[in-house]
Amino acid sequence: MSGCAPFRFYTERRLVLLTGRKARNLVELLAHMEQVSGSSIFYHTHHQYLAHHFERPVFFNDFASWTGWALQERRLAEQLAAVDIFSFTSVRQIREAIVNVIRRRLEEGGENRSAPPGEEFHFCESRSFVMSTGLEARDVSEFFRKLPEVSNASLFFHFLEARLRLGRPTNDFSQWLADCGYDALARAVDALDPYVMTLDELRNQIVELGRWAGLV
Amino acid sequence: MDDRLARYAEIVGRQEIEELRALADRLSGRTLQNINSTAVGGGVAEILTRMIPLLRELGVNATWDVIKGDQAFFDVTKAFHNALHGKRERITPEMFEVYRATLTENLRSMSFCGDVIILHDPQPAALVEKKREIGGHWVWRCHIDVSAPQPDVWEFLKPYIEQHDAAIFSMPEFAQQLSIPQYLVAPSIDPLGEKNRELEPEQVHGVLEKYGLDPERPVLIQVSRFDRLKDPLGVIAAYRLVRKRHSCQLVLAGGGASDDPEGEQVLREVQEAAAGDPDIHVLLLPPFSDLEINALVRGSTIVFQKSLREGFGLTVTEALWKKKPVIGGAVGGIKRQVLDGITGFLVHSVEGAATRTSQLLADERLRRIMGENGHLHVKQNFLLTRHVKDYMLIMLAMDYPGEHIVYLG
Repeated sequence: MSGCAPFRFYTERRLVLLTGRKARNLVELLAHMEQVSGSSIFYHTHHQYLAHHFERPVFFNDFASWTGWALQERRLAEQLAAVDIFSFTSVRQIREAIVNVIRRRLEEGGENRSAPPGEEFHFCESRSFVMSTGLEARDVSEFFRKLPEVSNASLFFHFLEARLRLGRPTNDFSQWLADCGYDALARAVDALDPYVMTLDELRNQIVELGRWAGLV
Repeated sequence: MDDRLARYAEIVGRQEIEELRALADRLSGRTLQNINSTAVGGGVAEILTRMIPLLRELGVNATWDVIKGDQAFFDVTKAFHNALHGKRERITPEMFEVYRATLTENLRSMSFCGDVIILHDPQPAALVEKKREIGGHWVWRCHIDVSAPQPDVWEFLKPYIEQHDAAIFSMPEFAQQLSIPQYLVAPSIDPLGEKNRELEPEQVHGVLEKYGLDPERPVLIQVSRFDRLKDPLGVIAAYRLVRKRHSCQLVLAGGGASDDPEGEQVLREVQEAAAGDPDIHVLLLPPFSDLEINALVRGSTIVFQKSLREGFGLTVTEALWKKKPVIGGAVGGIKRQVLDGITGFLVHSVEGAATRTSQLLADERLRRIMGENGHLHVKQNFLLTRHVKDYMLIMLAMDYPGEHIVYLG
């Protein structure tokens, strides 16, 4: 066992802020998307992963959901949902990719449909408060044993948000595993795409990788 | 862990309570002062009644004061309330003057002690004028649906609202163009309160019996103030359509609130509409009837909240917590709680309410599944513990203006 520092699990709590900006159609959506804060783009592409769902959402990204059902722009909704957030390491890149999809749709012409009254898109953003959970793992084996106890909020912080915080295509877990000398395992964890699964599924898959490596 | 906190931990999990404690530790020694316009009746007073003791138990010094006003003032603020909800009201310059004069009087008599002061709804909003003199952080908590406010009332209140450090709304649709940060915080219910705690079947039966309800036949209920925006006459109309096929009973239960002078007249209209049908029970319950309301809802088959406008609709939260399917008007916060087809049904008309009621009366399994879903939905999102956490985060947020990520260590 290499002598890496313990892994400390953090969690975060969020407050949602309302921007007062709302869009009724694609033209308005695009105009606001170019002006809102990065925190707003992050919120609308990530918050669904933290929510409990009775049924798996059709799309996890709010822009895709809203264009699909409020504007009935099904093709556009699929294209927005297909924006590969996992390939980006900054909110700026995510914004550009989504804006480009909407711009292309508008350049093609066609109807600029309006959402029914009461179903406008309301831009929100979030403020997060990062706190220690008090939970820590002194070695890699303990890390995999403790992972099932870790909350979804903690997993979200270390895995999804980390890529954008670090500005690199990795996450806190992989970074630490590599520091501990487990490069192959770090790469395997890095390869998990958290944007196509729920946080519970992500946790199970990471634990499974630990089991496969004989650490659990 | 204290007894009461341990009881919350049994419901929401120990980890959740530990997190509350960790946040409260960071706020120790600070005072959160709440100010509203009524000590009894209505959702705001109910939330504060439950929230203040929990905050104190966690170590946050929370206080609650009520502004004073005469009948004329509450007539004005009721008109403001309706106008902010989008109902057309004639507002005269004299009414604005009554509002200003009453708040000036309260500014003189009230003592302000909060490091953070939360003013609830429009009634006390002008107290924020005190901020220039005493400083501190001031927050305007809006519990009502202001998605389409009457412009004259909104423009009158807006300068007061913008003197606060932040505003809080219950739904994204209620956000406004304001120069201050606007937080989204859903209200909550207390699972340990008299209105929501578990009851023995005998207690439920006893209350049904007391009000002459037959426990062998389905009971439909709407628990609401007697207010036109809650559409009690629409509920009676829907019940009459359902009665053509199903033998059932209807309960319209509500109390008065000291800041709602219109209630008596609406109650008279409801009593007239119900006259002659022994299966319609119009119950004007006195304050502190929480246990009876709890029993009435638990003894019911389906709960209505057929509002035409709604801030949030805590009666919906309470019903879902008791595993009852809810048929709700597709407005305001009801849309966040009644997940259509999952925790109940959203309706847009008397006919819609009647159709969904008949469907649910005929399908016991659907009622049970929706009931379980509703309970879980409330547990995840609308319990007092989450609400208290949001308020503590807002108190902390005041120390870090403009920062999107705050590291608390």
